[in-house]
Amino acid sequence: MMSAVIPYAKTPSAPFRLMPGFHLSLGFTLLYLSLIILIPLSSVFLKSFTLTWEVFWNTVTSERVVASYRLTFGASLAAAAFNAVFGGIVAWVLVRYRFPGKKIIDAMVDLPFALPTAVAGISLTALYASNGWIGRHLEPLGIKVAFTPLGVFVALVFIGLPFVVRTLQPVLEEFERELEEAAASLGASRLQVFAQVIFPSILPALLTGFALAFARATGEYGSVIFIAGNMPMVSEITPLMIITKLEQFDYAGATAIAVVMLVISFILLLTINLLQAWSKRRAYVERS
Amino acid sequence: MSTISISAAGAAMPANPARSYAQGATVEAPWVRMLLIAIALGFLTLFLFVPLAAVFTEALRKGWEAYFSAIVEPDSLSAIRLTLLAAAISVPLNLVFGVAAAWAIAKFEFRGKNVLLTLIDLPFSVSPVIAGLVFVLLFGAQGWFGSWLQANDIKILFAVPGIVLATIFVTFPFVARELIPLMQAQGNEEEEAALVLGASGWKAFWRVTVPNIKWGLLYGVILCNARAMGEFGAVSVVSGHIRGQTNTIPLQVEILYNEYNFAAAFSVASLLAVLALVTLAAKSFIEWRLQTDAPQPPEESLP
Repeated sequence: MMSAVIPYAKTPSAPFRLMPGFHLSLGFTLLYLSLIILIPLSSVFLKSFTLTWEVFWNTVTSERVVASYRLTFGASLAAAAFNAVFGGIVAWVLVRYRFPGKKIIDAMVDLPFALPTAVAGISLTALYASNGWIGRHLEPLGIKVAFTPLGVFVALVFIGLPFVVRTLQPVLEEFERELEEAAASLGASRLQVFAQVIFPSILPALLTGFALAFARATGEYGSVIFIAGNMPMVSEITPLMIITKLEQFDYAGATAIAVVMLVISFILLLTINLLQAWSKRRAYVERS
Repeated sequence: MSTISISAAGAAMPANPARSYAQGATVEAPWVRMLLIAIALGFLTLFLFVPLAAVFTEALRKGWEAYFSAIVEPDSLSAIRLTLLAAAISVPLNLVFGVAAAWAIAKFEFRGKNVLLTLIDLPFSVSPVIAGLVFVLLFGAQGWFGSWLQANDIKILFAVPGIVLATIFVTFPFVARELIPLMQAQGNEEEEAALVLGASGWKAFWRVTVPNIKWGLLYGVILCNARAMGEFGAVSVVSGHIRGQTNTIPLQVEILYNEYNFAAAFSVASLLAVLALVTLAAKSFIEWRLQTDAPQPPEESLP
């Protein structure tokens, strides 16, 4: 029955045609995807077509909005880079070394995925405010974190923390120790082995983790708005600009900024897919 | 008796034989190890453990009595009820979708599969604020269906249906994301055997597929639920912040915090922190089960 319906499908094995439910499951998947994701998302683009190009351009290049891009992308980039370095060290330590409490620490790395962003936001704000546990010690040094762009950076480090660790861990676990031993037996120092053998093969995964953390940070709202202070031109993030426009019932303005953010998200998504394909290819070449 | 002691001795041997002949260039110097461990632990302490500890310390600052009275306060209780309701609707819907999508993608070959996979991941790369905005554009007073909804006296935005829709949107990929690699790794052989032996499609699904994927399914549901109960940005856009009516727990936290009622805000927030810890514990347990059950564990995937 099924074989008559989908004769063009590439079949991995002949008896797969036995499997029922292709049309039911794919049909439901496409219907649900369209109703929940595709039609609602397309409303953003369709709404933006009702704007004239001039209104659109003036909205997305207004001074305050441009300042918000600078903060959102600058802080996201800095936080993702910070996470690439320290997340990389965490992944290395969790895979290579043994120490007490390792299992619990490994499990806790996912905390930023599980802890609601609003909770992270108020907690970080309380810590870094001038009377908080950490802010109290930074204030005498002249460092202000809460209610400044530095606070945005701290919140974005928190929410991006698991990405680099979780993309690097499996790659490090599957890394062939024999390669290190071969390099060592040929006279390489430990630093040379790391720089010339280990680092090149984990680089794709490291970049993937970096890109994932960056993409997540650019859209982040909940954890940032509490600690940012939200001063116009100084510490307003782009998602907050959308909210501000909505609160003024400026739907067109909110939509224009949303289109810019969506286009950037799609570019990032594409980049991440390419990086992951590179990472997989690298792993395949190494194994064969 | 003797066999037991032998196997115990075997287990005590170093897991990695490479270590026994490791030389200076295949392991780091002890001081480098200690330094790296110290940096890693310092980083995690500063960015994970201290913020987590701060939630509970701040919540209990005014004592247990104030803590409990902040939670049983009527507005907080209604926020808890609404959060549970939103999760109770969105998680099962995304569960059914996840199973259907994984069945289609893992069990069959068809054109455009990679595009479909990317589309399923879309909600992860869209800012939660935009997830809320799309429903404002559809159902708001100026939205596409706005005047029709008003004429028929149906409320979606600034009401429970809007909150549920936004929650479904942001938690959309979780179950599908966990099930697809798991079902791809398991292949079709077992279902095919059941079908050849005369089982109906549904029977093969319930008796063969479901038992095989139950831990992966639970894993996806737990992550989906954590996000559903904790979502802030998307829900904040569509909720309208009506106290006692359209506030979920995270929104209630925000309101209390903005009123400088810090102890109460952290008390309510601590409920979500406990939920996060329970989620992590359940996640670790299921990962352990998946590793012992299946010969090949599913790929580590990021929610």
